[in-house]
Amino acid sequence: MVEPPVERSGGSKARGVASEAETIRRILAGERRLFHDLIRPCERPIYLLLLSLLKNEAEAEDVTQETAIKAYLNLRNFRGDSQFRTWVLSIARNEGLGRLRKLATRREDSLEADTDQQTGDYTPAILTSWREVPLEALERKELGAILRKAIAGLPEIYRNVVLLRDIEEMDIKETAAALDITEGAVKVRLHRARALLQRALAPQLGAFAPKRKGWFGGRA
Amino acid sequence: MRIDCQHVWSHISAYIDGEVEADLRAEIDRHLETCEICSAVLDSTRNVVVLVADDRVFELPAGFGQRLHERLDRELELAGP
Repeated sequence: MVEPPVERSGGSKARGVASEAETIRRILAGERRLFHDLIRPCERPIYLLLLSLLKNEAEAEDVTQETAIKAYLNLRNFRGDSQFRTWVLSIARNEGLGRLRKLATRREDSLEADTDQQTGDYTPAILTSWREVPLEALERKELGAILRKAIAGLPEIYRNVVLLRDIEEMDIKETAAALDITEGAVKVRLHRARALLQRALAPQLGAFAPKRKGWFGGRA
Repeated sequence: MRIDCQHVWSHISAYIDGEVEADLRAEIDRHLETCEICSAVLDSTRNVVVLVADDRVFELPAGFGQRLHERLDRELELAGP
């Protein structure tokens, strides 16, 4: 059966670029507290990007705060040729890399180690049937843990793209701008990341699919 | 043009996002009608994409927003943009 493309509820275009520009104008004119409203929709993607980079919740939260402050202090430099969220994510990425250098604890999967040219096995898990795991299954905490572990296990350059594109539902152009890579690289990395996730998760997710009569291993 | 399974797998991500050309999409659709393996690979990949996008997978730490905005408040008092 042919299904339509995955629908994305985020709708970055719907965030209202015009009202964003007006909010920024008012902040710069002196209504400082409006910055809270401007940064609020960006908090989660900033934090997740930094968590991906730093792999430490406390560090990611601290750098999220520093990113927000830096964005506020440099708001006059925002030219408005991208969404505010794209701009602030670029700041977050730079701040995160700076923190990594300061900590001098670059991970095994450091940015230098991963390139789009590297070869790898991106063959998906070969299946002959698939029972869909419904979103309700996420009520079970262990499913979330399995998904997080699989994402954490991705090489960093793939993990960042999954976080922005699939989890924060940013479009390809905005993801590319935030990570300072080409749109083609976003597509390649996303494809590889999804293949790696499917291969890692497919053998484990069967246990979360609704039970089917006569099928071993399934449960509600 | 007849495409094989490997060809389908190489386009699965773009297919899910609706970003393959119409001709190729039609070829993939034809392949999927008769290939159980590629259908299962596509369904499982799409399922994974939908699951990881759910807000329950990654939740912000408790008190995250409050701590952020309290720190911002202190900065807003200190300096203008």
